[in-house]
Amino acid sequence: MRYVLRKIISSSITLFVIVSLTFVLMHLIPGGPFDSERKLPDSIVKNLNARYNLDKPLREQYIIYIKNVLTGDLGPSIKYENKTVNSIIKEGFPVTAAIGVAAIFLAVFVGSLLGVAAAIYRQRWPDYAASIISTLGISVPGFILAGFLVYLFAFRLGWFPPALWDGPKSMALPVLSLAWFPTAIIARLMKSSVLEVLNQEYIKTARAKGLPMSYIVIQHVLRNAAAPMISYVGPALATILTGSFVIENIFALPGLGKWFVLSISNRDYTVILGLTIFYSTLLIVLNILVDLVLAVLDPRIRYTKAKGAGL
Amino acid sequence: MSLRIIWWRFKQNKIALASLIVLFVLIIMALIGPYLNSWGYSEQVLQKTNQRPGIEYWFGTDSLGRDLFTRLWYGARVSILIGIVTSAVSVSMGTLYGSISAVLGGKIDEVMMRIVEVFYAVPFLLYVILLMLIMEPGIKTIIIALATVCWFNTARVVRGQVLKLKEEEFFLAARLLGAGKIRLIVHHILPNVTGHIIVMFVVVVSEAVFVEAFLSFLGLGVSVPKASLGILAKEGIQGIRSYPWQLFFPAVFISLLMLSLNLIGDGLRDALDPKIAVKKRAEL
Amino acid sequence: MISMRKASKILVCLFIMVFAVSGCGGAKKGPEGDARSQTKQVVNMNLSAEPETIDPGRAKGQPDLTVVNAIMEGLTRYNLKCELEPAMAERWEISDDGRTYKFFIRKDARWSNGDPVTAYDFEYAWKRVLDPEYASSYAYQLYYIENAYEYNDPDNLEVTSPDMVGVKAIDASTLEVTLAVPALHFLGLTAFPTYFPVHKATVEDNPSWDILADTYINNGPFKLVRWEPFQKIVCVKNEAYWDREQVNLDELIFSIVSEESTALALYERNDFDIVYNIPSQELERLKAAPDSGLKIADELAVALYIFNITKEPFDDVRVRKALAAALDRQALADYVTRGGERPAYAYVPYGLPDVNPWDDFRKMGGDYFAESIEEARFWLSEAGYPDGKGFPEVELLINESQDNLRMAQAVQEMWKQNLGIQSVTIRPLEWRMYLGTIFTMEHQIAGAGWGADYLDPMAFLDVYVSFGGNNVSGFKNETYDELIALANSTSDPQVRIGAMHQAEQILMDEMPILPLIFYTKPYLMKDHVKNVRVPSFGPQMEFKWAYIDR
Repeated sequence: MRYVLRKIISSSITLFVIVSLTFVLMHLIPGGPFDSERKLPDSIVKNLNARYNLDKPLREQYIIYIKNVLTGDLGPSIKYENKTVNSIIKEGFPVTAAIGVAAIFLAVFVGSLLGVAAAIYRQRWPDYAASIISTLGISVPGFILAGFLVYLFAFRLGWFPPALWDGPKSMALPVLSLAWFPTAIIARLMKSSVLEVLNQEYIKTARAKGLPMSYIVIQHVLRNAAAPMISYVGPALATILTGSFVIENIFALPGLGKWFVLSISNRDYTVILGLTIFYSTLLIVLNILVDLVLAVLDPRIRYTKAKGAGL
Repeated sequence: MSLRIIWWRFKQNKIALASLIVLFVLIIMALIGPYLNSWGYSEQVLQKTNQRPGIEYWFGTDSLGRDLFTRLWYGARVSILIGIVTSAVSVSMGTLYGSISAVLGGKIDEVMMRIVEVFYAVPFLLYVILLMLIMEPGIKTIIIALATVCWFNTARVVRGQVLKLKEEEFFLAARLLGAGKIRLIVHHILPNVTGHIIVMFVVVVSEAVFVEAFLSFLGLGVSVPKASLGILAKEGIQGIRSYPWQLFFPAVFISLLMLSLNLIGDGLRDALDPKIAVKKRAEL
Repeated sequence: MISMRKASKILVCLFIMVFAVSGCGGAKKGPEGDARSQTKQVVNMNLSAEPETIDPGRAKGQPDLTVVNAIMEGLTRYNLKCELEPAMAERWEISDDGRTYKFFIRKDARWSNGDPVTAYDFEYAWKRVLDPEYASSYAYQLYYIENAYEYNDPDNLEVTSPDMVGVKAIDASTLEVTLAVPALHFLGLTAFPTYFPVHKATVEDNPSWDILADTYINNGPFKLVRWEPFQKIVCVKNEAYWDREQVNLDELIFSIVSEESTALALYERNDFDIVYNIPSQELERLKAAPDSGLKIADELAVALYIFNITKEPFDDVRVRKALAAALDRQALADYVTRGGERPAYAYVPYGLPDVNPWDDFRKMGGDYFAESIEEARFWLSEAGYPDGKGFPEVELLINESQDNLRMAQAVQEMWKQNLGIQSVTIRPLEWRMYLGTIFTMEHQIAGAGWGADYLDPMAFLDVYVSFGGNNVSGFKNETYDELIALANSTSDPQVRIGAMHQAEQILMDEMPILPLIFYTKPYLMKDHVKNVRVPSFGPQMEFKWAYIDR
């Protein structure tokens, strides 16, 4: 409990530093939200700046912003008149989360399966198959993979729609594209940690006692080998839950990921900051959760050590 | 563990060795490939746009009638260059930071690690784009932006290794003999973490090539008519339905490059046998 | 400056044209009865980008304008033949001095909730747009009205009350507008979304009325039923619309897919009926397929490279002329843009009226220069750079986009091959950084496009007056300014058009800008979709009269 409390306090400081850093950086990029191809009359630029408090000195804008954030209001979008940062997150997050959670489940399931199989059948065909899949997973960039999947499954075979957010069938290709990379990573992590566990004395004892392999794997190996995977899945989930620009763009999904690019090109300051806060908070919370889960799995882990690792 | 042992162990791994050879060939081709036929990388024949691969143009031509074979190797050169330089910069930064933090220890270590923690919780993509826009776009900017967001991973790994080393006997002995901190880092720590640094180096090279490809996809890549693998892939995607080979060749090349880098990384890792965290890249 | 094929393009209609000029594509004969009634009438068009707003007072990008134009209606509306028709206003009277307009709102004009549309709604809507606190970036569209600018200007402390603005509802059906100066094109403006009415009671009551389909009260041919952000906007026929007899579609769907190749894929799978922004690399294939539905509409826009003539070496007209003459524009159109564009040997595009409205301004004016590599080399050596030797390092600044990049690379290569200039580098910048650079005149050459504000050559020519806000070439020429001033003040069309031809001649002689091609608008529309108007400026498509004929 004390650990969690300490973590929360230190995380808040981290968060504050990140927000301030983002604030400074984003005002360093040239151009503003109201730039347009034709010069607007001064009167109009003044009205627009006043409406979004952009006519005030930066320091004052910063204070106003922080005050609003503390009350839970991330502000309006400057570019999209009918959206607020809160509504952007509210609209986009469910879509991103649906795809992201599905992708992570798929990745954990398939990845663990591959990893365990590869470790148990070392140097035999399951091992080779798993390594081929997992190396391909980290070798093919997402946008190339997505393009290929669309070509194959949407055009050649016609099994799935190529884009748009319309029912479970439309989730197939994006989830597959998104799960590809983490599957590969998890397979690798699992393989090496399962190998390690299999070499432990107690497993050897169990095998010597003649217990069936499947029983050993489920009862002992998985539980003890899952730690590296869990530490990976935590931060990966934060990334996946905030969406992927490429995947959303190619599949025309109304998720959060596109906003990370869109907000900067629009100089939509409030959205840039809001997304930063959202992402960083999510990451921090998930990391705390990971620590807790690891502690439950393995009581030997001491929190003081975890702190040093910085996760 | 000395480098010779690592190399000996690495050699035992046939796949890794094969990958090393593939990588070597790719690098050689990137160096000489653009000169293997008569076309220049920016030379256009507008009347011969979007030609299929054939005798005149081995890999076909692009939308401006440029030879894709020449452009592919030229682009590979740029991508590999970006990868290597980015990796060198970020890994040296990370190593220095990590070892200083670990050696000094105490309060300083804590503050330095807090800073790493901040970097760790920053939205990666958003920051790369912000940095790209603050600085003038180009190869240099890509390298700086990527190095800025990649170094802290190495820092953490190196710090972890150094902390382990600190508890070992030869280290304590050196300290008791009165070795200074700089001397400690240079003579006792760096040689002992070289293996890990090499692994990190390979990992970051592949990451940088990946991210560069992605940035080009967003239109933030190197400046035309120069090419990188990412730019070629992006140009290929534009006409994927009509001229699939324009995507096929760069895609195969990127994948081959990543594959060999990753397998080499794996080989090195097996040779060292520590667990090294692989940085998240799912967002790309 | 316009980045072509960018959805945020501002294209405003300021000029009333009562004759069909070529600027009106896609218009066919009226609907024929039977074929329509059998199938459900649905059109699905890809809007390419999420509208930033559908509040008519703030609508600015093309997605905004297209949607607002379909669901709302102003005093007037352009019909299929591009003629201005009475819409919410049944008729109007214009005073002899041209400053006072009286609009009579039609009796059967209804809001979607059944309330009558009144002159009060118009008065309220226009004053709302001008309110400094409302901060509409399009408020300047209303600056023709008396005291409108003064009221909108936050620094003006004399006119702070909306009552002083020259728009007044005399009664529920009579709207009186007083202009600051007589403006012939004012009537055409009233068909533009910034001039649309809003339902006063709703808007006063609920400032965020335009966010949800449930609270959105409208008066146009279609009615908003559902808006799924970044997915689609679904509209149905508005049964309360006064001219509902003319509306044939049961449902109108605006889909939002921004990735061009994805949108094309969905069109080819028959998910979409209409798609614009086609990847130029796919155009050849589409042209070859007879049933692809590829159509090419006119677009009142020109692609050009702007020299900064205050900087070396572009302060020398011979350098500018050499660079302009050394290109092969037909090759650029054929192999780079591929959309059937025409080479530009002058500045003002085709499709604008001359003295006789049926004559084309461009055709009457003709070409002002020709391509000739010999001539180009001659000029370049005259300027002191024989065979390109000693030509300084110059930077061609463009807005980052695939098509702009390809164009720039092709031009770069032509200068290299034809003139021996090796020292041109391309600098692609992200949109807003690009804008910042050109408006502060830090560029040497800037790639740009210019699109029509309104159906008149003046929309192009007045850009290059000496201190014009959009003149980023540094071009200053008194004769040019005088000719533009003359054209703007005379009431004689002969003099006016003549002055504009002369002005264009000067511009092309001095060549602060290098015209490349006149743009077109390639789009895909399934053959069963009829009667969709594709304007050469303003909203992307007009659907009031559209129908399906399978």
